[in-house]
Amino acid sequence: MELTTVWFVVIAFLWTGYFVLEGFDFGVGALLPLLSRSEDERRQLLATIGPVWDGNEVWLITAVGAMFAAFPAWYSGLLSGFYLPLVMVLVSLIVRGVALEWRGKVEARERALCDAGIVTGSVATAFLWGAIFGNLLYGTTQATVLGGALSLALAVLHGAVFVALKTAGPLRSRARRAALAVAVVALPVAIVALPALPSAGQDGADWTSHPLLWAAAVAAMVALAAAVALIWRHREGWAFTATAASIVLATGALFGRLWHAPLPGLTVAEAASGPYTLGILTWIGLIALPFVLAYQGWTYWVFRRRVTA
Amino acid sequence: MDALDLARWQFGVTTVYHFLFVPLTIGLGIFVAGLQTAWHRTGQYRYLTLTKFFGKLFLINFAMGVVTGIVQEFQFGMNWSEYSTFVGDVFGAPLALEALLAFFLESTFLGLWIFGWERLPKRIHLACIWAAAIGSNLSAYFILAANAWMKHPVGYEVVGGRARMTDLWAVLTNSTALAQVPHVIAAAFVVAGGFVIAVSGYRILRERRLAADRGATVPLTRAARGRVSGTADPAMWRTSLRAALVMTAIAGAVVAGSGDMSGQLLSEQQPMKLAAAEGLRHDEKGAPFSPLPGLEVPKVLSLLAAHDPNAEVQGIDDIQRRYESRFGPGDYQPNLPVVFWSFRVMVGFGLTTVGLSVLGLWATRRRRGTPEWFARVCLLALPLPTLAMVAGWLLSEIGRQPWTVQGELLTAASVSPGVALSEVAISLAIFTVLYGVLALAEAKLLVRHIKAGPEPVGPSPGPDLPDDAGAEAAPLVPTLMY
Ligand code: HDD
Ligand code: HEM
Ligand code: HEM
Repeated sequence: MELTTVWFVVIAFLWTGYFVLEGFDFGVGALLPLLSRSEDERRQLLATIGPVWDGNEVWLITAVGAMFAAFPAWYSGLLSGFYLPLVMVLVSLIVRGVALEWRGKVEARERALCDAGIVTGSVATAFLWGAIFGNLLYGTTQATVLGGALSLALAVLHGAVFVALKTAGPLRSRARRAALAVAVVALPVAIVALPALPSAGQDGADWTSHPLLWAAAVAAMVALAAAVALIWRHREGWAFTATAASIVLATGALFGRLWHAPLPGLTVAEAASGPYTLGILTWIGLIALPFVLAYQGWTYWVFRRRVTA
Repeated sequence: MDALDLARWQFGVTTVYHFLFVPLTIGLGIFVAGLQTAWHRTGQYRYLTLTKFFGKLFLINFAMGVVTGIVQEFQFGMNWSEYSTFVGDVFGAPLALEALLAFFLESTFLGLWIFGWERLPKRIHLACIWAAAIGSNLSAYFILAANAWMKHPVGYEVVGGRARMTDLWAVLTNSTALAQVPHVIAAAFVVAGGFVIAVSGYRILRERRLAADRGATVPLTRAARGRVSGTADPAMWRTSLRAALVMTAIAGAVVAGSGDMSGQLLSEQQPMKLAAAEGLRHDEKGAPFSPLPGLEVPKVLSLLAAHDPNAEVQGIDDIQRRYESRFGPGDYQPNLPVVFWSFRVMVGFGLTTVGLSVLGLWATRRRRGTPEWFARVCLLALPLPTLAMVAGWLLSEIGRQPWTVQGELLTAASVSPGVALSEVAISLAIFTVLYGVLALAEAKLLVRHIKAGPEPVGPSPGPDLPDDAGAEAAPLVPTLMY
C-alpha cells in the first residue's frame, strides 16, 4: 500500500475510534436528565464514563493532529471551510468538558448548571459532527440536518446501551427501555441517511460502482437492527457490540466516500505531505499505537465492573 | 481592522489563556506525584492529605488546560490555513506525535488515577500519576519543538511552495528547541512552585488566625508534626511550603541558565527580536544594557548576547536595511515597546520570584517556624511568575513578527483567505466571553477549595506503622471526584 493510502486509513481509523468511544460519552451525557431520578443516580450514570471520557477525546485530537501532519491541505481546508460550525463544536466541547470535571467539586446548587452543560454540550457536539460531514458530502441543508440527526441518534442509542451494560439496578432497566424508545427514531433516520453515504458525489447512486461502500452502509443498518433485537432480549454486551459495529461501518462508508475527494476539488494525493514525513510517522505510529491501545484497553478492564448506586 | 488583525488577536487571547493553565499542569502534576510518593515511602498521613488537597486543585486546573488546548489545535486550520498548508509537513509532525505519545498517556492515566484510589494496587496507582505527569512534560517538549521551528526553521526544504521535512531529528533537536524546552518547562515549575508557595502561605496565615480565635497557639515547628491526623496538623503547610521553595529555587536556576542560552541564540537567529528587546537602534560594539529607560550599564548587552563584552550587536535600523535588501521592501520591525517591556517584566518578575524562594528557604530554615511577614510575602509568588511567563510569551511571539516562520513566511501571508471578517469577529467575541466567564468560575472554585482546606483522610497511623499500611487503610480514603 502506498503511504498516502496508509495514512488515509489511519485517519479514518482514528475518527472511527473517536465516534465509537465518544459516541457513548455523548449518549450518556444526553441521557443524563432522562435516565436518572436522584443525585445518587446521576453520579452513578456519570461514573460510567468518568475515568475514560478524556482519553476518548484524545482520539479526536490525534485524528486532527494526524490530518495536519499527513494531509495539511485537507486539514486547513476543512477547518477553515467549516469555520463557524467548528467554533460551535469547540464551545460545546469546552462546556461539556469543564462541566464533567467540575461537577464533583462545586456546591450542590451549582450542580444543576454543570448538568445543563453536560447535556447541551453532549447533544450539540453529537449533532454537529454529523451535520458537518453531511454538509461536506452534499452541501445541502437537508443533508446537514439528516447527517446531524443520524449521528445524534446513533450516539444516544449507543449511550443508552452502554448504560444498560455498565450499571445495575433501576438505572439499568431504565436504560434498556430508553434504548428501545430511541430505536424508534434511530432506525428510520438510519434507513434514510445511511444509503445516502455511498451515493454522495458526482458519480451517482449506482451501487455497482462502489459495491464495498454499499455493503458497509447496508451492514451498518443490519447491525443497528440487530442491536435493537439484542437489547430487547437483554443481551447488553452483544447489543453494545452491534451499535459499535454500526458506527464503525457507517464511519467506514463515510471515509470510503471521502477517499475520492476529501474536499470538493481536492484529491488525497494533492493534500498529502511528502514521503519522508509520511514514512517516519508510519514507523512511529506502528510502534506507539499498540501501546496506546493496550493501556486504554486496560483502563476499560480496570473499570469493567458494573457501577452500582 | 481586517480579518488578519482579528485572527492575530484571537490567537494571542486563546494561546495566552491556554498557557495560564498549562504551567500548573506541568509543575503541579510532578509536585503531586512527589507528595504521593512521599506518602508511600513514609506512610505519614500528612503527605496523603497534601496529595489530595493539591490533587484537587490540580484537577480543577487540568480541566481548563484540556478544553482550551483543543481550541489551539483547531485554530491553526481555522484561522491560519495558508500557514498550515505551508508548514503542515514539518510542523504537523510534532503535533501529531504530541497527541499520540503524550496526550493519550496524560489523559488515560489521569483517569485511572482519579478513579483508581480504591481499585488499583497502591504501587500501580502511584505509577499512574507519574505516567500522567510525565505525559504532560512530554507534550510540552513536542509543542515547544514545533514552536521553536517557527523561530529557527531547520530540517526542511521548500518544494512547490510548501515546506517539506527532510530531517525529523533536526527538527526535534533544533538548537532553539534545546534552549526553549528547558526554559519553558523550568518556568512552568517556577509558576507552579509559586502557586504552592502562595497557597501554603495563605493556609499558614489562616490556621494562625483560626487558632488565635480559639485562643490557642499553633506550634509550627517540626516537633509538632506527626501523630495528629492530617487536617489538624498545621505544620504540614510548612512541609508543602519548603518543598515548593526548593522546587522554585532549583527551577529558577534552570530558567536563568536557559534564558541566557536563548539570548545567545537570538543574536544569531532572530537579531531583530534581541535588538527590539533592548531598544538598540544601530549596530554597536560593546553595546550597553539598560535595565530601565535612562539607566545604562556599559557592555552588558554584548556580554548577554555573545558572552563577550566587546562583541558587535545588531541594531533595529540596520537590521531593517539588511532585511529590505534580502526580502524586499516592507516593515520588518515588531511592536517595539511591547517587546522592550515584556522582556523586562519577564526577567524582573521572574528573578524576583526566584529571589523570594531563596529568601524563604533562609527564613524557614531548620527548626524555625514560618515568620508572619514571610507568610505574607508568599502571596506574591502567585502573580509574579505568572506575569513573567505571559510576558515571556509576548516577547517570544510578538518579537518574531512580522514573521510566523522566521525568514520564510510572513504572518500576513499565513491567514485563511476564505474566512470572513465577520466570522473571525463572532468567534473572537464568543471565545472572549466564554473564557472570561470560565476564568471567574475557576478562580472562585480554587479560592473556595483553598479556603476550605483539606478534607480529613482518616486517623494518622503514627510513624511506627509498616510501609504498606496505606493499602489496608485505603477504604477510609474518599475518592477525589464525582
Ligand atoms: C509548554 C507547554 C505547552 C504549550 C506551548 C502548549 N500546550 Fe497545549 N497542553 C499542554 C502543554 C502545552 C499540557 C500541559 O500538556 C496540557 C495542559 C493541560 C493539559 O491537560 O495538558 C495541554 C493540553 C492541550 C490539549 C488537550 C489535551 C488533552 O485532551 O489531554 C491540546 C489539544 C493542546 N494542548 C494543544 C496545544 C496546541 C495546538 C498548542 C500550540 C499553540 C499548545 N497546546 C500549546
Ligand atoms: C507551538 C506553539 C505556538 C505556535 C505554533 C504559535 C504560533 C503563532 C501564530 C501563527 C501566531 C499568529 C501571528 C500573530 O498573531 O502575530 C502567533 C501569535 C501569538 N502567539 Fe504564538 N504560537 C505558539 C505558542 C504560543 C504560546 C504558548 C503563547 C503564549 C501563551 C503564544 C503567544 C502568542 C501571542 C501573544 C501572539 C500574538 C502576537 C501578535 O499578534 O503580534 N504563542 N503565534
Ligand atoms: C521565572 C522567570 C521567567 C519566566 C517565567 C520566563 C518565561 C518565558 C517564556 C514563557 C518564554 C517564551 C518561550 C521561549 O521563547 O522560550 C520566554 C522567552 C525568553 N526568555 Fe524567559 N522567563 C523567565 C526568566 C528569564 C530570564 C532570567 C532570562 C534571561 C536571562 C530569560 C530570557 C528569555 C529569552 C531571551 C526569551 C526569548 C527566546 C526566544 O524568543 O527565542 N527569561 N521566557
